[in-house]
Amino acid sequence: MNETGNLKIKFTLNGKPIEYMVKPNWTLLDLLRKELSVLSPKEGCSRGDCGACTVLLNGKPVNSCLVLAPQIDGKEIVTVEGLIEDKEFKALKETFIEKGAVQCGFCTPGIIVSAVALLREKGNPTVQDIEEALEGNLCRCTGYIRIIEAVKQAAEKLQKTS
Amino acid sequence: MKLIPPYRYLRPKNLQEAVEQLGRYGEEAKILAGGTDLIPMIRDCLITPKTMIDISFLDELRYIREEGDMIKIGALATHSEILKSPLINGKTGVLAKAEKVLGATQIRNRGTIGGNLCNASPAADTAPPLMVLNAKLKAISVEGERIIPIEEFFTGPRKNALKPNEILVEVQVSPEPEKSGSSFIKLGRRRALTLSVVSTAALIVMDGVKCRDARIALGAVAPTPVRAKETEKLLINKELNGEVISSAAEKVVEEINPITDVRGSAEYRREMSKVLTKRCLLEALESVKR
Repeated sequence: MNETGNLKIKFTLNGKPIEYMVKPNWTLLDLLRKELSVLSPKEGCSRGDCGACTVLLNGKPVNSCLVLAPQIDGKEIVTVEGLIEDKEFKALKETFIEKGAVQCGFCTPGIIVSAVALLREKGNPTVQDIEEALEGNLCRCTGYIRIIEAVKQAAEKLQKTS
Repeated sequence: MKLIPPYRYLRPKNLQEAVEQLGRYGEEAKILAGGTDLIPMIRDCLITPKTMIDISFLDELRYIREEGDMIKIGALATHSEILKSPLINGKTGVLAKAEKVLGATQIRNRGTIGGNLCNASPAADTAPPLMVLNAKLKAISVEGERIIPIEEFFTGPRKNALKPNEILVEVQVSPEPEKSGSSFIKLGRRRALTLSVVSTAALIVMDGVKCRDARIALGAVAPTPVRAKETEKLLINKELNGEVISSAAEKVVEEINPITDVRGSAEYRREMSKVLTKRCLLEALESVKR
């Protein structure tokens, strides 16, 4: 920590090592969007109610608005930008388009992150598994039916190819 | 996007250093663990700590283990870790049941059991199950160690019995006894990411058809989570059946003091407390392993 109270942290962002001077009162979401221009996580409610800012922290979905930037020192952060070569992401991208599971798109990056984490943990999730994995992500446009169907279909696609 | 107000940030290297820092900054400091309750409160300026002591890196407080006849849960164990623990699911199912409906995946991955208790919300989801498990809470400070029974821990809405220089480090519970059954029911306005309107935990120990011990706790119906001891007395040494349970559950309204807020009226909470206590006891009875 220096005399201004700022501190240098090291972490990996989408597989790339990063060193950055952060202010203690920045959230991880502030760091990603304002400083690093990683724009897939969205600011919805800023209080952990909507899930639009969901990212993976050491592989687990968390609300980046509820994590302080200094708390990710030494940790691994993954956003949608870091998932584009990922097989779960590719399957989800196709099925979200096929099912029309995106309308305004604001919640989509958070939902994709939550869904990727689910599919990595459970290859063959039930509808209830999907509902539970997505319970922290709000969507105000499509309703949830198409989103749930898209995740289910992505899981089936991945099962067939594996 | 507005920044949250600034503060001095400290990151102790170990528990000893955290205790010393809290000893030094006491009243003006807040302990930061998972941040899921604390960060929104700072953002809303409900609290304005000058100093934040970030204990989230202290892996020494992240464990769930059995020692003798006790299950010990480190204050930094996350709700997800507790929910997935075979030990917790096997021996203290009532806590696992509450963890399953706490917040949502993202909150459970980050929020800690210590944080949920210290935040001392009357609606804290882990409080009723820990109350029926007769949990003991271990706190430490520069002055030493102290064990606080969970019944004495909550002192008012968002108030707990910790002194300004004390850190909660461990939750200790006994496994659910043999021939016992338990349940937890949360009534919220929706299923996920919601504060309880009423929550109920029950644990009963049977001796044949007779009830040897009964413990009931409720959340969100009083300034603190509460044990319903008078209701429990109506069950102990009785032969339990639907009728006995229904009539005992009526008593629970005398042991609570709910308020009206955006989530529900006091009247509604009183009625639902009876209904949920009854359902919870019936589920607990149903789950008794004979």
